[in-house]
Amino acid sequence: MIAEAAEALARDLAGLAEAEDRFRDEVTLVVPRERLHDVLARARDASFAVLTDLTAVDRLPAQPRFEVVYLLTNYTAAARVRLKVRVEADDALVPSAEAVYPGANWLEREVYDMFGIRFSGHPDLKRILMPDDWEGHPLRKDFPLVEEPVHFAGHTPKVPSAIIPKTPRTPPTPPR
Amino acid sequence: MSELARETLVLNMGPHHPSTHGVLRLMLELEGEVILRTEPVIGYLHTGFEKEMETRTYHQNIVFPPRIEYLATMIEEHAYVLAVEKLLGVRAPERAETIRIILAELSRIASHLVWLGTSAVDVNVTSMLMYCFNDRERIMDIFEMVSGQRMMHGYMRVGGLQWDVPAGFVEQVRAVADDLPGRLDEYERLLTDNLIWRERTEGIAVLSHDDALRYGCTGPIARGSGVNYDVRKAFPYGGYEAYDFDVPLGSRGDSFDRYTVRVEEMRQSRRIILQALDRLRDGPVMVDDRKVALPPRAELVRSIEAVIHQFKLVSEGFHPPVGEVYSAVESPRGEKGYYLVSDGGNQPVRARVRSPSFNNLQALPVMIFRHMVSDVVVAIASIDIVLGDGDVDR
Repeated sequence: MIAEAAEALARDLAGLAEAEDRFRDEVTLVVPRERLHDVLARARDASFAVLTDLTAVDRLPAQPRFEVVYLLTNYTAAARVRLKVRVEADDALVPSAEAVYPGANWLEREVYDMFGIRFSGHPDLKRILMPDDWEGHPLRKDFPLVEEPVHFAGHTPKVPSAIIPKTPRTPPTPPR
Repeated sequence: MSELARETLVLNMGPHHPSTHGVLRLMLELEGEVILRTEPVIGYLHTGFEKEMETRTYHQNIVFPPRIEYLATMIEEHAYVLAVEKLLGVRAPERAETIRIILAELSRIASHLVWLGTSAVDVNVTSMLMYCFNDRERIMDIFEMVSGQRMMHGYMRVGGLQWDVPAGFVEQVRAVADDLPGRLDEYERLLTDNLIWRERTEGIAVLSHDDALRYGCTGPIARGSGVNYDVRKAFPYGGYEAYDFDVPLGSRGDSFDRYTVRVEEMRQSRRIILQALDRLRDGPVMVDDRKVALPPRAELVRSIEAVIHQFKLVSEGFHPPVGEVYSAVESPRGEKGYYLVSDGGNQPVRARVRSPSFNNLQALPVMIFRHMVSDVVVAIASIDIVLGDGDVDR
């Protein structure tokens, strides 16, 4: 059952949202990115005080490719609403939610790190989990999941048998 | 004041530091010994679990949750299988749900015991660690008894459990539950009235109610600050709506309040376990849906349908409908959620782990502003981070 507070927010935002989806008692509103800031501010003022999660989905090869997903929770009324913003790969820029929900700061950095989606107005948009000099964005569908050789400067890595040479096993001598 | 005295110092703390409970690096800007600015640097335990989960079937992915958060392994598995069950629209049989709740609450006690032991070590009460690990070991024995593994159990299945609990399970759980209050009283006598413990934790790393909401903090951190939010109460899952328990709340939001909240949570977990033991009835532990659960061994020799189902489930797994769900549980650290996106295939398009430590850690700079360097240790301990949980993408 969808909580009454979530229904009320969905009704309230119906004019601002492009589409609405309901699945397994969860409400999802698709919001155009120009209106995202207004929608978030209205949701926060409607007691959806917590940004529980912010993430993205790569829908390759669908167009638009990326979905940035916001999960808002109303603690007092026990209700959740999911917001989505769809962006193209060559124009992956979304307004930052950091001013409305300060907790979005790290979450947006993570989305930038993993998907390469930029957030305009973010105070310090840089990688958070991957090394600073990493190339590419790992959670994109076109980022291959492969093993990489580990480079050790100056020497070749040893295989275990080179460290402990294999010797033919000798039976233990029985105790006297 | 001379120019020299006004200069600030940037101190690097970690990533390898005994108090960071993993590998966490903090850049602290100090004036004397007072912290003006903190920048946590994370990512040292990033493992790419979310990427891995996109390339495996829903069933194969059960191995990842306990590795993401290794202190509350049963709760992790519970979180993941509930999310897949929500996506599929199936519900585990009652006996399976009850056993899951017993194991999840035992897991919560085990995790809080590790927290209690290690954070007491951080303020030099070293004996606590051994007492707490001693008690935790009995819970680990129960996990080993039911699943064969102390950690990384893989015991919960989409639609139920791997197998029923062995004989002697109820007695062993009851023995642990019976001993727990006495042990907790003893620990409280060691710490609550301990002058050093109180001075190190009271008024330290205060997080206000509003900041807890702003940063999306959950779990004992938020409840210590008076935020009345427990996923088990707000969004009951897996049968929790039938249980009677209280949600302890703090008022000041300091490290000491988080300590009292966690100790009380262990008592409440025990209450839930005792209720669950009473309502444990015989019955199946796996859902009777051949599209999700493997057919019983005996059917395979009699029915060709069973063989087909077995083959399809083992070779390609089940196909949830197109859609997306978010399902959360209350982990010892807060709201642990799985956001699964399905395109109708046998692997998730996106498996997102909402980990509580990530959000909780984000509030650390607010908590330790204008504190002394030595209080950072207490603050990190009171957040109870699992760096695997905060970093590993998770």
